[in-house]
Amino acid sequence: MDASKTLVDYLPFLLMGIPVTLEVTVLSMALALPVALLLALGRSAPHAWLRWPAGFVIELFRGSSSLVQLFWAFYVLPFFGIDLPALVAGVLVLGLNEGSYLSEVFRAGFASVPDGQREASLTLGFSPWYRFFRVTLPQALPVMIPPFGNALIVMLKFSSLVSLVTIRDLSFRANLIATSLGESAAVFGVVMVIYYALALMLSALARQLEAAVDARVGRPSKGFRLSARVNVPQWAIGAKS
Amino acid sequence: MNAIGWNWSFALSTLPALLAGFRLTVLATLLGSALAFALGLALTLLRMTRHAPLTLIVNAFVSFVRGTPLLVQLYVLFYVLPKWGVSTSAFVTGVVGLGVYYSASTSEVYRAGIEGVAPGQWEAALTLGLPIRRVWSGVILPQAMRTVLPVLGNQVIAMFKETSLLSTITVMEMLAQATNIGSIQYRYVEPLTLAGALYFVISYVSAKGLRRLEVGHVNA
Repeated sequence: MDASKTLVDYLPFLLMGIPVTLEVTVLSMALALPVALLLALGRSAPHAWLRWPAGFVIELFRGSSSLVQLFWAFYVLPFFGIDLPALVAGVLVLGLNEGSYLSEVFRAGFASVPDGQREASLTLGFSPWYRFFRVTLPQALPVMIPPFGNALIVMLKFSSLVSLVTIRDLSFRANLIATSLGESAAVFGVVMVIYYALALMLSALARQLEAAVDARVGRPSKGFRLSARVNVPQWAIGAKS
Repeated sequence: MNAIGWNWSFALSTLPALLAGFRLTVLATLLGSALAFALGLALTLLRMTRHAPLTLIVNAFVSFVRGTPLLVQLYVLFYVLPKWGVSTSAFVTGVVGLGVYYSASTSEVYRAGIEGVAPGQWEAALTLGLPIRRVWSGVILPQAMRTVLPVLGNQVIAMFKETSLLSTITVMEMLAQATNIGSIQYRYVEPLTLAGALYFVISYVSAKGLRRLEVGHVNA
Protein backbone atom coordinates (compact mmCIF):
# COMPACT_ATOMS: atom_id res chain seq x y z
CA MET A 1 0.00 0.00 0.00
CA ASP A 2 0.99 3.63 -0.58
CA ALA A 3 2.80 5.36 2.26
CA SER A 4 1.48 8.83 1.34
CA LYS A 5 -2.11 7.82 2.05
CA THR A 6 -3.94 8.89 5.20
CA LEU A 7 -6.53 7.24 7.40
CA VAL A 8 -9.31 8.96 5.44
CA ASP A 9 -8.27 7.13 2.25
CA TYR A 10 -8.60 3.83 4.04
CA LEU A 11 -11.92 4.66 5.67
CA PRO A 12 -14.09 2.95 2.99
CA PHE A 13 -11.95 -0.16 3.29
CA LEU A 14 -12.33 -0.06 7.07
CA LEU A 15 -16.08 0.52 6.97
CA MET A 16 -16.51 -2.54 4.77
CA GLY A 17 -15.60 -4.46 7.90
CA ILE A 18 -18.86 -3.44 9.59
CA PRO A 19 -21.10 -5.81 7.58
CA VAL A 20 -18.57 -8.61 8.15
CA THR A 21 -18.51 -8.00 11.91
CA LEU A 22 -22.31 -7.86 12.05
CA GLU A 23 -22.57 -10.97 9.89
CA VAL A 24 -20.32 -12.95 12.23
CA THR A 25 -22.19 -11.59 15.27
CA VAL A 26 -25.65 -12.42 13.92
CA LEU A 27 -24.71 -15.85 12.53
CA SER A 28 -22.98 -16.84 15.78
CA MET A 29 -25.95 -15.65 17.82
CA ALA A 30 -28.29 -17.56 15.49
CA LEU A 31 -26.27 -20.67 16.22
CA ALA A 32 -25.87 -19.97 19.96
CA LEU A 33 -29.61 -19.79 20.68
CA PRO A 34 -30.66 -23.25 19.41
CA VAL A 35 -27.44 -24.72 20.84
CA ALA A 36 -28.25 -23.20 24.22
CA LEU A 37 -31.81 -24.47 24.06
CA LEU A 38 -30.70 -28.00 23.17
CA LEU A 39 -28.03 -28.00 25.87
CA ALA A 40 -30.49 -26.74 28.47
CA LEU A 41 -33.03 -29.39 27.51
CA GLY A 42 -30.33 -32.07 27.43
CA ARG A 43 -29.04 -30.98 30.82
CA SER A 44 -32.45 -31.37 32.43
CA ALA A 45 -33.42 -34.53 30.52
CA PRO A 46 -34.54 -37.60 32.47
CA HIS A 47 -31.99 -39.85 30.69
CA ALA A 48 -28.35 -39.87 31.76
CA TRP A 49 -27.22 -40.54 28.19
CA LEU A 50 -28.64 -37.10 27.27
CA ARG A 51 -27.66 -35.28 30.43
CA TRP A 52 -24.06 -36.39 30.38
CA PRO A 53 -23.07 -35.32 26.83
CA ALA A 54 -24.85 -31.97 27.28
CA GLY A 55 -22.95 -31.39 30.51
CA PHE A 56 -19.72 -32.39 28.80
CA VAL A 57 -20.17 -29.92 25.93
CA ILE A 58 -21.08 -27.11 28.34
CA GLU A 59 -18.07 -27.70 30.60
CA LEU A 60 -15.73 -28.14 27.64
CA PHE A 61 -16.64 -24.86 25.98
CA ARG A 62 -16.95 -22.88 29.18
CA GLY A 63 -13.87 -24.34 30.74
CA SER A 64 -11.24 -23.51 28.16
CA SER A 65 -10.21 -20.27 26.53
CA SER A 66 -12.35 -19.25 23.57
CA LEU A 67 -9.32 -18.14 21.60
CA VAL A 68 -7.72 -21.57 22.07
CA GLN A 69 -10.95 -23.15 20.83
CA LEU A 70 -10.89 -20.90 17.79
CA PHE A 71 -7.26 -21.72 17.00
CA TRP A 72 -7.97 -25.38 17.58
CA ALA A 73 -10.79 -25.32 15.02
CA PHE A 74 -8.64 -23.38 12.60
CA TYR A 75 -5.22 -25.05 12.98
CA VAL A 76 -5.79 -28.49 14.48
CA LEU A 77 -8.96 -29.75 12.77
CA PRO A 78 -7.30 -29.65 9.30
CA PHE A 79 -4.75 -32.15 10.64
CA PHE A 80 -7.64 -34.55 11.12
CA GLY A 81 -8.91 -33.91 7.62
CA ILE A 82 -11.60 -31.42 8.68
CA ASP A 83 -10.78 -28.30 6.72
CA LEU A 84 -13.39 -25.71 7.65
CA PRO A 85 -13.53 -22.32 5.94
CA ALA A 86 -12.44 -19.61 8.40
CA LEU A 87 -15.93 -18.13 8.63
CA VAL A 88 -17.48 -21.51 9.44
CA ALA A 89 -14.82 -22.26 12.06
CA GLY A 90 -15.31 -18.82 13.61
CA VAL A 91 -19.10 -18.95 13.75
CA LEU A 92 -19.03 -22.53 14.99
CA VAL A 93 -16.71 -21.77 17.91
CA LEU A 94 -18.40 -18.48 18.81
CA GLY A 95 -21.85 -20.05 18.62
CA LEU A 96 -20.99 -23.17 20.61
CA ASN A 97 -19.05 -21.20 23.20
CA GLU A 98 -21.73 -18.57 23.82
CA GLY A 99 -24.41 -21.25 23.53
CA SER A 100 -22.81 -23.10 26.44
CA TYR A 101 -23.05 -19.98 28.57
CA LEU A 102 -26.58 -19.18 27.44
CA SER A 103 -27.86 -22.66 28.27
CA GLU A 104 -27.87 -21.44 31.87
CA VAL A 105 -30.23 -18.61 30.86
CA PHE A 106 -32.67 -21.08 29.32
CA ARG A 107 -32.52 -23.24 32.43
CA ALA A 108 -33.21 -20.26 34.69
CA GLY A 109 -36.00 -19.15 32.35
CA PHE A 110 -37.71 -22.53 32.43
CA ALA A 111 -37.27 -22.74 36.18
CA SER A 112 -39.06 -19.40 36.54
CA VAL A 113 -42.29 -20.84 35.11
CA PRO A 114 -44.51 -21.92 38.01
CA ASP A 115 -44.94 -25.67 38.44
CA GLY A 116 -48.70 -25.31 38.28
CA GLN A 117 -48.45 -24.41 34.60
CA ARG A 118 -46.86 -27.75 33.80
CA GLU A 119 -49.34 -29.61 35.94
CA ALA A 120 -52.28 -27.78 34.39
CA SER A 121 -51.16 -28.48 30.84
CA LEU A 122 -50.55 -32.13 31.72
CA THR A 123 -54.05 -32.33 33.15
CA LEU A 124 -55.46 -30.77 29.99
CA GLY A 125 -53.74 -33.51 28.00
CA PHE A 126 -51.53 -31.23 25.87
CA SER A 127 -48.84 -32.94 23.83
CA PRO A 128 -45.22 -32.44 25.02
CA TRP A 129 -44.58 -30.34 21.91
CA TYR A 130 -47.57 -28.08 22.56
CA ARG A 131 -46.74 -27.90 26.26
CA PHE A 132 -43.24 -26.71 25.53
CA PHE A 133 -43.87 -24.26 22.69
CA ARG A 134 -47.22 -22.86 23.76
CA VAL A 135 -47.03 -22.95 27.56
CA THR A 136 -43.50 -23.07 28.95
CA LEU A 137 -41.45 -21.16 26.37
CA PRO A 138 -43.75 -18.11 26.02
CA GLN A 139 -43.77 -17.65 29.78
CA ALA A 140 -40.05 -18.15 30.15
CA LEU A 141 -39.23 -15.71 27.35
CA PRO A 142 -39.62 -12.39 29.23
CA VAL A 143 -37.10 -13.52 31.85
CA MET A 144 -34.62 -14.56 29.17
CA ILE A 145 -34.72 -11.52 26.89
CA PRO A 146 -32.50 -9.18 29.00
CA PRO A 147 -29.65 -11.73 29.23
CA PHE A 148 -30.03 -12.34 25.50
CA GLY A 149 -29.62 -8.63 24.89
CA ASN A 150 -26.45 -8.73 26.94
CA ALA A 151 -25.28 -11.77 25.02
CA LEU A 152 -25.70 -9.90 21.75
CA ILE A 153 -23.24 -7.23 22.91
CA VAL A 154 -20.89 -9.90 24.23
CA MET A 155 -21.07 -11.60 20.84
CA LEU A 156 -20.29 -8.35 19.02
CA LYS A 157 -17.12 -7.94 21.09
CA PHE A 158 -16.40 -11.63 20.86
CA SER A 159 -16.60 -11.49 17.05
CA SER A 160 -13.39 -9.45 16.98
CA LEU A 161 -11.49 -12.68 17.70
CA VAL A 162 -12.26 -14.04 14.23
CA SER A 163 -9.90 -11.40 12.85
CA LEU A 164 -7.13 -13.64 14.19
CA VAL A 165 -8.17 -16.44 11.84
CA THR A 166 -8.06 -14.29 8.67
CA ILE A 167 -11.67 -13.11 8.54
CA ARG A 168 -11.72 -9.56 7.20
CA ASP A 169 -13.86 -7.97 9.90
CA LEU A 170 -13.36 -4.54 11.51
CA SER A 171 -10.42 -5.62 13.66
CA PHE A 172 -8.69 -7.42 10.80
CA ARG A 173 -8.95 -4.39 8.54
CA ALA A 174 -7.80 -2.10 11.34
CA ASN A 175 -4.70 -4.23 11.72
CA LEU A 176 -3.97 -4.11 7.99
CA ILE A 177 -4.39 -0.34 7.86
CA ALA A 178 -2.36 0.18 11.03
CA THR A 179 0.53 -1.79 9.55
CA SER A 180 0.55 0.09 6.27
CA LEU A 181 -0.03 3.55 7.79
CA GLY A 182 2.17 3.30 10.84
CA GLU A 183 -0.57 5.37 12.52
CA SER A 184 -1.91 2.59 14.71
CA ALA A 185 -3.33 4.58 17.61
CA ALA A 186 -5.70 6.64 15.46
CA VAL A 187 -6.87 3.62 13.47
CA PHE A 188 -7.67 1.54 16.53
CA GLY A 189 -9.25 4.55 18.21
CA VAL A 190 -11.63 4.94 15.28
CA VAL A 191 -12.39 1.22 15.27
CA MET A 192 -13.14 1.32 18.99
CA VAL A 193 -15.67 4.12 18.41
CA ILE A 194 -17.28 2.11 15.59
CA TYR A 195 -17.59 -0.94 17.86
CA TYR A 196 -19.12 1.20 20.58
CA ALA A 197 -21.63 2.69 18.15
CA LEU A 198 -22.59 -0.82 17.04
CA ALA A 199 -22.94 -1.91 20.67
CA LEU A 200 -25.24 1.02 21.42
CA MET A 201 -27.28 0.18 18.35
CA LEU A 202 -27.61 -3.47 19.34
CA SER A 203 -28.50 -2.60 22.93
CA ALA A 204 -31.21 -0.21 21.69
CA LEU A 205 -32.50 -3.05 19.55
CA ALA A 206 -32.45 -5.41 22.53
CA ARG A 207 -34.32 -2.89 24.64
CA GLN A 208 -37.02 -2.60 21.99
CA LEU A 209 -37.35 -6.34 21.80
CA GLU A 210 -37.61 -6.50 25.56
CA ALA A 211 -40.33 -3.84 25.63
CA ALA A 212 -42.22 -5.67 22.88
CA VAL A 213 -42.10 -8.99 24.68
CA ASP A 214 -42.99 -7.41 28.02
CA ALA A 215 -45.93 -5.61 26.42
CA ARG A 216 -47.19 -8.90 25.01
CA VAL A 217 -47.16 -10.65 28.35
CA GLY A 218 -48.26 -7.55 30.22
CA ARG A 219 -45.14 -6.90 32.29
CA PRO A 220 -43.76 -3.43 32.96
CA SER A 221 -40.44 -3.05 31.14
CA LYS A 222 -37.38 -2.50 33.30
CA GLY A 223 -35.13 -1.40 30.47
CA PHE A 224 -31.69 -2.48 29.40
CA ARG A 225 -28.53 -0.57 30.16
CA LEU A 226 -24.81 -0.78 29.55
CA SER A 227 -24.22 0.94 32.89
CA ALA A 228 -26.06 2.70 35.66
CA ARG A 229 -25.64 4.84 38.73
CA VAL A 230 -25.37 3.14 42.12
CA ASN A 231 -28.63 3.60 43.98
CA VAL A 232 -28.06 4.04 47.68
CA PRO A 233 -29.73 6.42 50.13
CA GLN A 234 -28.14 9.84 49.79
CA TRP A 235 -27.25 10.12 53.48
CA ALA A 236 -25.27 6.91 53.15
CA ILE A 237 -22.64 8.58 51.03
CA GLY A 238 -22.24 11.57 53.28
CA ALA A 239 -24.58 13.90 51.43
CA LYS A 240 -26.58 16.36 53.50
CA SER A 241 -30.22 15.31 53.51
CA MET B 1 7.40 -38.03 13.15
CA ASN B 2 3.99 -39.29 12.26
CA ALA B 3 2.01 -36.56 10.46
CA ILE B 4 -1.45 -37.51 11.60
CA GLY B 5 -2.70 -38.13 15.11
CA TRP B 6 -1.13 -37.61 18.48
CA ASN B 7 2.60 -37.87 19.14
CA TRP B 8 3.44 -38.25 22.83
CA SER B 9 7.15 -37.53 22.62
CA PHE B 10 6.48 -34.33 20.69
CA ALA B 11 3.76 -33.40 23.17
CA LEU B 12 6.20 -33.85 26.06
CA SER B 13 8.85 -31.78 24.30
CA THR B 14 6.44 -28.82 24.11
CA LEU B 15 5.70 -28.88 27.84
CA PRO B 16 8.60 -26.73 29.12
CA ALA B 17 7.70 -23.85 26.80
CA LEU B 18 4.00 -24.20 27.59
CA LEU B 19 4.65 -24.15 31.32
CA ALA B 20 6.84 -21.08 30.96
CA GLY B 21 3.90 -19.46 29.20
CA PHE B 22 1.54 -20.76 31.86
CA ARG B 23 3.53 -18.88 34.52
CA LEU B 24 2.99 -15.62 32.65
CA THR B 25 -0.69 -16.47 32.20
CA VAL B 26 -1.17 -16.94 35.94
CA LEU B 27 0.85 -13.84 36.78
CA ALA B 28 -1.18 -11.74 34.32
CA THR B 29 -4.41 -13.10 35.82
CA LEU B 30 -3.41 -12.28 39.39
CA LEU B 31 -2.09 -8.80 38.63
CA GLY B 32 -4.95 -8.04 36.27
CA SER B 33 -7.52 -9.13 38.87
CA ALA B 34 -5.91 -7.04 41.60
CA LEU B 35 -5.98 -4.01 39.31
CA ALA B 36 -9.57 -4.69 38.22
CA PHE B 37 -10.80 -5.06 41.82
CA ALA B 38 -9.13 -1.83 42.95
CA LEU B 39 -10.10 0.18 39.88
CA GLY B 40 -13.62 -1.25 39.95
CA LEU B 41 -14.02 -0.12 43.56
CA ALA B 42 -12.80 3.36 42.67
CA LEU B 43 -15.29 3.52 39.80
CA THR B 44 -18.13 2.39 42.07
CA LEU B 45 -17.29 5.00 44.68
CA LEU B 46 -17.08 7.71 42.03
CA ARG B 47 -20.47 6.67 40.69
CA MET B 48 -22.02 7.10 44.11
CA THR B 49 -20.97 10.70 44.57
CA ARG B 50 -23.59 13.37 44.20
CA HIS B 51 -21.32 15.19 41.78
CA ALA B 52 -23.40 14.72 38.62
CA PRO B 53 -20.74 15.48 35.96
CA LEU B 54 -18.36 13.04 37.62
CA THR B 55 -20.98 10.30 37.70
CA LEU B 56 -21.71 11.02 34.06
CA ILE B 57 -18.06 10.73 33.07
CA VAL B 58 -17.55 7.50 35.02
CA ASN B 59 -20.73 6.03 33.56
CA ALA B 60 -19.63 6.93 30.06
CA PHE B 61 -16.24 5.33 30.73
CA VAL B 62 -17.78 2.13 32.08
CA SER B 63 -20.23 1.95 29.21
CA PHE B 64 -17.50 2.53 26.63
CA VAL B 65 -15.17 -0.06 28.11
CA ARG B 66 -17.98 -2.59 28.28
CA GLY B 67 -19.12 -1.81 24.76
CA THR B 68 -15.82 -2.37 22.95
CA PRO B 69 -13.79 -5.56 22.44
CA LEU B 70 -10.88 -6.31 24.75
CA LEU B 71 -8.83 -7.17 21.68
CA VAL B 72 -9.13 -3.65 20.27
CA GLN B 73 -8.54 -2.10 23.69
CA LEU B 74 -5.32 -4.06 23.95
CA TYR B 75 -4.23 -2.87 20.51
CA VAL B 76 -4.97 0.73 21.47
CA LEU B 77 -2.98 0.48 24.70
CA PHE B 78 -0.17 -1.33 22.95
CA TYR B 79 0.22 1.40 20.35
CA VAL B 80 -0.88 4.46 22.32
CA LEU B 81 1.10 4.09 25.54
CA PRO B 82 4.49 4.35 23.78
CA LYS B 83 3.21 7.47 22.00
CA TRP B 84 2.62 9.13 25.34
CA GLY B 85 6.16 8.31 26.26
CA VAL B 86 5.09 5.49 28.54
CA SER B 87 7.37 2.73 27.36
CA THR B 88 6.43 -0.41 29.21
CA SER B 89 6.77 -4.05 28.38
CA ALA B 90 4.02 -5.77 26.46
CA PHE B 91 3.27 -7.73 29.62
CA VAL B 92 2.56 -4.60 31.68
CA THR B 93 0.42 -3.22 28.85
CA GLY B 94 -1.50 -6.48 28.82
CA VAL B 95 -2.08 -6.42 32.57
CA VAL B 96 -3.28 -2.82 32.39
CA GLY B 97 -5.59 -3.74 29.50
CA LEU B 98 -7.08 -6.69 31.38
CA GLY B 99 -7.40 -4.65 34.57
CA VAL B 100 -9.17 -1.74 32.90
CA TYR B 101 -11.46 -3.99 30.84
CA TYR B 102 -12.54 -6.02 33.85
CA SER B 103 -12.77 -3.02 36.20
CA ALA B 104 -15.89 -1.93 34.30
CA SER B 105 -17.71 -5.18 34.94
CA THR B 106 -16.28 -5.42 38.46
CA SER B 107 -17.77 -2.03 39.18
CA GLU B 108 -21.15 -3.37 38.04
CA VAL B 109 -20.69 -6.34 40.37
CA TYR B 110 -19.97 -4.08 43.35
CA ARG B 111 -22.98 -1.95 42.43
CA ALA B 112 -25.27 -4.98 42.26
CA GLY B 113 -23.90 -6.20 45.59
CA ILE B 114 -24.47 -2.90 47.35
CA GLU B 115 -27.92 -2.43 45.85
CA GLY B 116 -28.79 -6.00 46.72
CA VAL B 117 -28.66 -5.27 50.45
CA ALA B 118 -32.26 -5.07 51.65
CA PRO B 119 -33.54 -1.47 52.08
CA GLY B 120 -34.62 -2.42 55.61
CA GLN B 121 -30.96 -2.72 56.56
CA TRP B 122 -30.36 0.92 55.61
CA GLU B 123 -33.46 2.02 57.48
CA ALA B 124 -32.59 0.01 60.57
CA ALA B 125 -29.04 1.39 60.60
CA LEU B 126 -30.41 4.91 60.19
CA THR B 127 -32.93 4.41 62.96
CA LEU B 128 -30.24 3.14 65.29
CA GLY B 129 -28.29 6.30 64.57
CA LEU B 130 -25.13 4.52 63.50
CA PRO B 131 -22.48 6.78 62.00
CA ILE B 132 -22.20 6.49 58.22
CA ARG B 133 -18.77 4.90 58.41
CA ARG B 134 -20.11 2.21 60.73
CA VAL B 135 -23.15 1.58 58.53
CA TRP B 136 -20.88 0.83 55.60
CA SER B 137 -18.25 -1.21 57.41
CA GLY B 138 -20.53 -3.07 59.81
CA VAL B 139 -23.85 -3.46 58.02
CA ILE B 140 -23.79 -2.94 54.28
CA LEU B 141 -20.38 -4.13 53.06
CA PRO B 142 -20.33 -7.45 54.95
CA GLN B 143 -23.71 -8.34 53.46
CA ALA B 144 -22.76 -7.11 50.01
CA MET B 145 -19.53 -9.15 50.18
CA ARG B 146 -21.50 -12.36 50.48
CA THR B 147 -23.05 -11.87 47.05
CA VAL B 148 -20.05 -10.13 45.49
CA LEU B 149 -17.26 -12.59 46.33
CA PRO B 150 -18.44 -15.58 44.28
CA VAL B 151 -19.02 -13.31 41.29
CA LEU B 152 -15.53 -11.84 41.65
CA GLY B 153 -14.16 -15.38 41.81
CA ASN B 154 -15.90 -16.16 38.54
CA GLN B 155 -14.41 -13.03 37.04
CA VAL B 156 -10.92 -14.17 37.94
CA ILE B 157 -11.60 -17.46 36.18
CA ALA B 158 -12.98 -15.62 33.14
CA MET B 159 -9.93 -13.38 33.08
CA PHE B 160 -7.65 -16.40 33.33
CA LYS B 161 -9.10 -17.70 30.09
CA GLU B 162 -9.02 -14.31 28.41
CA THR B 163 -5.35 -13.71 29.14
CA SER B 164 -4.87 -15.71 25.93
CA LEU B 165 -5.67 -12.47 24.10
CA LEU B 166 -2.36 -11.07 25.34
CA SER B 167 -0.72 -13.29 22.74
CA THR B 168 -1.88 -10.77 20.12
CA ILE B 169 0.31 -8.05 21.63
CA THR B 170 3.44 -10.23 21.71
CA VAL B 171 3.18 -11.39 25.34
CA MET B 172 4.62 -14.90 25.38
CA GLU B 173 1.91 -16.43 27.53
CA MET B 174 0.65 -19.98 27.12
CA LEU B 175 -1.29 -19.58 23.86
CA ALA B 176 1.53 -17.57 22.26
CA GLN B 177 3.95 -20.34 23.20
CA ALA B 178 1.62 -22.94 21.72
CA THR B 179 1.14 -21.15 18.39
CA ASN B 180 4.84 -20.36 18.31
CA ILE B 181 5.72 -24.05 18.57
CA GLY B 182 3.02 -24.80 16.02
CA SER B 183 4.35 -22.38 13.43
CA ILE B 184 7.97 -23.50 13.87
CA GLN B 185 7.31 -27.24 13.78
CA TYR B 186 4.18 -26.93 11.64
CA ARG B 187 2.41 -29.18 14.09
CA TYR B 188 -0.40 -27.58 16.05
CA VAL B 189 -2.20 -30.64 17.38
CA GLU B 190 -0.18 -31.24 20.53
CA PRO B 191 0.70 -27.72 21.72
CA LEU B 192 -2.79 -26.28 21.14
CA THR B 193 -4.52 -29.29 22.69
CA LEU B 194 -2.23 -29.25 25.71
CA ALA B 195 -2.72 -25.51 26.16
CA GLY B 196 -6.48 -25.96 25.93
CA ALA B 197 -6.34 -28.82 28.42
CA LEU B 198 -4.33 -26.71 30.88
CA TYR B 199 -6.82 -23.85 30.64
CA PHE B 200 -9.63 -26.32 31.11
CA VAL B 201 -8.19 -28.15 34.13
CA ILE B 202 -7.33 -24.98 36.01
CA SER B 203 -10.59 -23.17 35.37
CA TYR B 204 -12.72 -26.27 35.89
CA VAL B 205 -11.10 -27.07 39.22
CA SER B 206 -11.26 -23.47 40.40
CA ALA B 207 -14.90 -23.15 39.36
CA LYS B 208 -15.78 -26.31 41.28
CA GLY B 209 -13.76 -25.16 44.28
CA LEU B 210 -15.45 -21.79 44.18
CA ARG B 211 -18.88 -23.40 44.14
CA ARG B 212 -17.95 -25.56 47.11
CA LEU B 213 -16.68 -22.50 48.99
CA GLU B 214 -19.91 -20.72 48.17
CA VAL B 215 -22.06 -23.59 49.42
CA GLY B 216 -19.96 -23.83 52.57
CA HIS B 217 -20.41 -20.14 53.16
CA VAL B 218 -24.18 -20.34 52.89
CA ASN B 219 -24.31 -23.30 55.27
CA ALA B 220 -22.07 -21.64 57.85
